[in-house]
Amino acid sequence: MAAVPLDRPADRRRDRVLVANGQGFWGDSILGPVRLVEEGPLDYLTLDYLAEVTMSIMQKLRARRPDMGYATDFVRLVDRILPRLVERDVKVIANAGGVNPRACKDAVLEVLERHGARGVKVAIVEGDDVLDRLDELMEAGETFANMDTGEPLAAVRDRVTSANVYLGAFPIAEALGTGAQIVITGRGTDPGLVLGPLIHEFGWTPDDWDRLAAGTVAGHIVECGAQCTGGNYTDWRRVPDMARIGYPIVEASPDGSFVVTKHEGTGGIVDESTVVHQLAYEMGDPENYVTPDVVADFTSFRLAGDGANRVRVSGVAGKAPTQTYKVSMSYHDGWKAVGQLTVCGPEALDKARLCSDIVWERLASDGFEYAPEERLTEFLGANVCHAGIRAADAADPPEVVLRLGVKGPDRERVERFGMELVPLVTSGPPGVTGFAGGRPKATEIIGFWPALVRKEQIQARVSVFESGRPVA
Amino acid sequence: MSRVRLSRIAQARSGDKGEGSNVGVIARSASAYEFLKETLTPEVVEWHFERINSGGVRRYAADNVRVLNFLLEDSLGGGGSASLRTDAQGKTHGLALLRLELEVPDAVLESTPEP
Repeated sequence: MAAVPLDRPADRRRDRVLVANGQGFWGDSILGPVRLVEEGPLDYLTLDYLAEVTMSIMQKLRARRPDMGYATDFVRLVDRILPRLVERDVKVIANAGGVNPRACKDAVLEVLERHGARGVKVAIVEGDDVLDRLDELMEAGETFANMDTGEPLAAVRDRVTSANVYLGAFPIAEALGTGAQIVITGRGTDPGLVLGPLIHEFGWTPDDWDRLAAGTVAGHIVECGAQCTGGNYTDWRRVPDMARIGYPIVEASPDGSFVVTKHEGTGGIVDESTVVHQLAYEMGDPENYVTPDVVADFTSFRLAGDGANRVRVSGVAGKAPTQTYKVSMSYHDGWKAVGQLTVCGPEALDKARLCSDIVWERLASDGFEYAPEERLTEFLGANVCHAGIRAADAADPPEVVLRLGVKGPDRERVERFGMELVPLVTSGPPGVTGFAGGRPKATEIIGFWPALVRKEQIQARVSVFESGRPVA
Repeated sequence: MSRVRLSRIAQARSGDKGEGSNVGVIARSASAYEFLKETLTPEVVEWHFERINSGGVRRYAADNVRVLNFLLEDSLGGGGSASLRTDAQGKTHGLALLRLELEVPDAVLESTPEP
């Protein structure tokens, strides 16, 4: 695979590497990465911008404009932190490429030119996007059966809007091996953003399963940003200075052990409890955390406090990886519309119930009936999230947000619903407000289709570019 | 024995997992973990979430970090983009489970620090 060396020459290897994650999802605060590069030492800054729904949105953007389809937030971030990155030689790894890593690279090179930063290398990882290869791959024997339901892809084939393979960490290590300061990828595993630089720095090999698993666990702990430093934490009253919460840093060693920490003086907490919270996030079978690089065992390791805001993780065990990559596809799956009104007391809940009855009845009288699974009624403020949970029922709330929604394959039926909500202000019970958003509009439902593809069908490709030079 | 909420002896985090959600329950002490391993069965969790989850419940254990992980198989009203619910990603399911009331032996309470 590698035309260039994957790792640093052995005599230039470090015995400690600092890898931070400054972005847990597209929409996360820009202050996370800005403060990570400004407020303490760092070797690598990783940034995660992709979710399943993002890939589909990006495909649509690219279809309209060939120079779009990537996370534009990333370009703004580079513009803001570039001087620090260069001054401190911090390397950046971001999956901001979305479905168009080349266009993202062009935009980043423009920023570099504007700053007069010459000779900065930007590498891209491609090969994950298989939307245009689906038919070819199916002819070659890939069934792309749904991993959850077993259904064949034929059921949705003509509605597929994106298809991306989750690549592993080795292409990222290869990209760093070219001397790139900025690595832009498309779809890959989230923990791979952290594992990649560790492979590059420490020379870990594809059969070194325990250490690959250690880097994967490290990546999982930091992949949601502040969720391991006190964000979204059960005992939230314990967490100091959440406004200035520190984003996580992995201090990694060649033997696979690592410390989770954050910059000194930042808010939040790193202790065994905040780290375990993130280990439990998105957990499936803890003994088998499957990535393209390794199968990590989340029941294998030990956590131990290592001073203030430091947790040491050691003894991670891994097993051989599987023969397949996971492919995530998205497809058009109908339409939906949701609207809400605020209903004030007295008797807010009873009036909100009356309002919802009126809406569904008026729609039915005009020939628009929605099956129970096609519609939703929520009384926000009167125990929606914990519906049916004993001891949590609020008897008489001061106000209730009435939230109604419908969905289905027919856009017109969904739009019709949206016209029947606001009229309640004048033709329902008193105390109805909160309609400033206007009529609910139909939006597209995007379905997800997880499947597998044999690894030999997929080739990751690394290309490298340099600022201040004509593009080859 | 005292009747307390699960939050007295455990913490939790939850999120989406396809068309379902996972709830990781983190015991606040070794004794609380042993007690919960015995009592916090998939059946109890299925009963607790009966109006939220229309699928089954599977349980996994990670003894090293004192986590019981529950997979609620159909708890998001369609999941991802197809859900009409406010909590389409199961972010609040952890707090929902922490509201569960349990009869907990005094010895477990004494050896489990209050939050």
